[in-house]
Amino acid sequence: MSLMKLTATGLGKKIQNKEVSVTEAVNAALDAIEKKEEKINSFVTIDREGALKRAKEVQQLIDRGELKSNLAGVPVAIKDNMCTEGMLTTCSSKILSNFVPMYTAEAVLNLEKAGAVIVGKTNMDEFAMGSTTETSYYGATKNPWNTAHVTGGSSGGSCAAVAAEECIYALGSDTGGSIRQPSSFCGVTGMKPTYGTVSRYGLIAYGSSLDQIGPVAKDVTDCAAILEVIASHDPKDSTSVKRDDYNFTSALVDDVKGIKIGIPRDYFGAGLDGEVKEAVLNAAKELEKKGAILEEFDLSLVDYAIPAYYIIACAEASSNLARFDGVKYGYRTSEYNGLHNMYKKSRSEGFGQEVKRRIMLGSFVLSSGYYDAYYIKALKTKALIKKAFDAAFAKYDVILGPVAPTTAPEIGKSLSDPLKMYLGDIYTISANLAGLPGISLPCGTDSKGLPIGMQLLGDCFKEKNIIRAAYAFEQTREYRHSPLSLS
Amino acid sequence: MKQYETVIGLEVHVELATKTKIFCSCSTEFGGEPNSHTCPVCTGMPGSLPVLNKKVVEYAAAVGLATNCKITKNCKFDRKNYFYPDNPQNYQISQLYYPICRDGGIEIETKDGGKKTIGIHEIHMEEDAGKLVHDEWGEDSLVDFNRSGVPLIEIVSEPDMRSADEVIAYLDKLRLIIQYLGASDCKLQEGSMRADVNLSIREAGTKEFGTRTEMKNLNSFKAIARAIEAEKERQIDIIESGQKVIQETRRWDDNKEYSYAMRSKEDAQDYRYFPEPDLVPVVISDEWLEEIKAAQPEFRDEKINRYKEEYKIPEYDAQIITSDKHLADLFEATTAICNNPKKVSNWLMVETMRLMKENNMEPAELKFSPENLAKLINLAESKAINSQIAKEVFEKIFNEDIDPEKYVEENGLKTVSDDGALKEVVKKVIEANPQPVNDYHNGKKKAMGFLVGQIMKEMQGKADPALANKLLKELL
Repeated sequence: MSLMKLTATGLGKKIQNKEVSVTEAVNAALDAIEKKEEKINSFVTIDREGALKRAKEVQQLIDRGELKSNLAGVPVAIKDNMCTEGMLTTCSSKILSNFVPMYTAEAVLNLEKAGAVIVGKTNMDEFAMGSTTETSYYGATKNPWNTAHVTGGSSGGSCAAVAAEECIYALGSDTGGSIRQPSSFCGVTGMKPTYGTVSRYGLIAYGSSLDQIGPVAKDVTDCAAILEVIASHDPKDSTSVKRDDYNFTSALVDDVKGIKIGIPRDYFGAGLDGEVKEAVLNAAKELEKKGAILEEFDLSLVDYAIPAYYIIACAEASSNLARFDGVKYGYRTSEYNGLHNMYKKSRSEGFGQEVKRRIMLGSFVLSSGYYDAYYIKALKTKALIKKAFDAAFAKYDVILGPVAPTTAPEIGKSLSDPLKMYLGDIYTISANLAGLPGISLPCGTDSKGLPIGMQLLGDCFKEKNIIRAAYAFEQTREYRHSPLSLS
Repeated sequence: MKQYETVIGLEVHVELATKTKIFCSCSTEFGGEPNSHTCPVCTGMPGSLPVLNKKVVEYAAAVGLATNCKITKNCKFDRKNYFYPDNPQNYQISQLYYPICRDGGIEIETKDGGKKTIGIHEIHMEEDAGKLVHDEWGEDSLVDFNRSGVPLIEIVSEPDMRSADEVIAYLDKLRLIIQYLGASDCKLQEGSMRADVNLSIREAGTKEFGTRTEMKNLNSFKAIARAIEAEKERQIDIIESGQKVIQETRRWDDNKEYSYAMRSKEDAQDYRYFPEPDLVPVVISDEWLEEIKAAQPEFRDEKINRYKEEYKIPEYDAQIITSDKHLADLFEATTAICNNPKKVSNWLMVETMRLMKENNMEPAELKFSPENLAKLINLAESKAINSQIAKEVFEKIFNEDIDPEKYVEENGLKTVSDDGALKEVVKKVIEANPQPVNDYHNGKKKAMGFLVGQIMKEMQGKADPALANKLLKELL
């Protein structure tokens, strides 16, 4: 069996047991990338040399007994919006197409301490703005289940790389569903932790109050194990939370007896594809069979989440992306006439359409005279949505629903109608607005053979509830390897 | 001509004396190679995040308490968005909606000896920008981010001042309070204290404010006073000629004693302020506030009273010495060693002030130690050196902080109070100067001074002048 079929913890165990060397594992990943990358385009940067050098170092540490983590030596891919010292970090944007950071993001450092070997940086929607990974300056990533379809986004490169088995696991980031939705489209498992659980230091910000780094892997076990490594209280991130318990793997128990699962009616109404609906509700029934208590309820305010999200995220983005001006780093236009012309031309040429759209939207809602009408109203809506979830979590341990209204659309069909694309985020963005943890895991395929994902949401700091429910469901079903991974 | 009243409010920026920057651990030290005090945070690198320096909050709250402000227990930071290359993120982290201090005020003395309270609207914390360095030979500009992220507080007054004198009195008082707190050295010339003047005029007796202008680039108290006079005249001329004052920002050129418009209200930028999502609200607990209160130092008025009581020095001396925190510290340290407050006060008020003025120095720049001044005072008091020599030695102390005991010893400056040796010189001088001796005997007392001078010259200044006088009289 190919090493790339293994899970991260599975391969990690073999490496610790000396059944597989780190170099073998890394070579397997590099070979897979070489074979599949042309068809799938999930990487912006592939670091063959660095990965092989690092493999030797990690092997030595393992041999000396200094690295005992079950992620040591396992090849990983990092979304290209996390800074990696000395390695190109582009956010899939022309404006950062030459940017090499002088430091490494805290979450990535945590992985490195555990012995992870980075094979490369994955493609994404430009600055994480998009739901298809089509807004990348480096071209769209293709879905390993059907290359005529998108991967979802914005962490499409990470999810496709895991699904195509070019790496064993990956890190993504989730501002409005950017881990969960592409995980669903690519048939892998992805998790967004509670806001503040993983340090944002070194994550190039899109919407600072919503961004959160999380794992993308083949199964729930891997996600829990990876989260355990990347989560930390980081004094360099003021919004980082010191948690009492980082032992997420202790929730990997096949037992949901008596767990209360709320099913929001609002998530199963008009707009939801029939096949997706059926698969998700069937998954809920599997959990019921195992002893979970299901109950339908009205979450309310669902329709307000999208406008509130796009106002807050774009407002923050308009300010976060101001630093990309051609002065200090990144792309600078070749010809210009004075400072303002340099700013204007560098930014006009360096940013893509969707990014410009969101910068303009964000600048508008923060403008004097509109601030109260839009931005403040959006913040109030955010607070109300949090309240609605507080009320729900007073009754339920877990909320179950779809990840996205449909399976992966065809490439080239989404960007022409951005408003429609934004509506596709309806089930995922509330978790970001309320800071909640969420997990997306495969629960079926549609008639086109494309994966369907189910989403479990938990209350803030209750990752263990969703890990437990997700793990229990996962036991009812075999992991399905994507067609591209088998090629 | 109509009578006009000038209405002035100030925005004062003060650089806080923290060791590290407001949102990262880089040094705030002045100077250094360009971009040597920088890190990913203060250069706006992608992915970097700010972490608030606790000391900045303590200094800002301390200034607020000392200026009778209300402290916002849950204050927040906001982003002020604007593009400029000295501002690496293209936004400044500042406070708009919930500044740390509000609604305070300080009392000043007016020219006529009365008291007046100048209101403080708010004090907020923010970060300083970097510096642009323009290449004189090329077309390029370079950016130095060493100052980027240095903590500032901005103290916004109410429009309560009516003259340049009141403005100077307010600034002086503010400067002293902040210096005494140790929150800043408040040097206008070096920019650690900067004042922007908002000024409007109105007909005397009216209640409504006129249109105001904001004046920038004021680097000394004198420049502030000159700019206020000039702006007042300019606005009166405009109104007298039937035109309207335009709300705008103006830049003062102190060499030309003239200001010119930088930007009008119409071109004012929309800063698109919004709450800084990378920082959590600053919660100032009652306990913390109590700690800050407890750490407040003795302020000037308290010091003046204590000096009069404890050291028995006159009000006038106490006023001058406490006019600067460094001077007051030097006074107390020196007095603690030599236990002679009046002499210490004299040395500080006369010789120190004179040399400072000659060298165009601020008290903060004084570099001599209290130990050496105390030693000098002891030498002079024990008559080991005479007052002329003492002044010369002091200059050495002032410039090089030499040890006066060693210096006097090594240079043989001790007063010669040996009768025999001095008597010989006196005799010699009398013999060599028959004419002045004659004059003396004929009642010209001035001749005595000349003769003493000659003796001192012979003795290279080391004679005890009283003894020389006595011997001269005897021998004559």
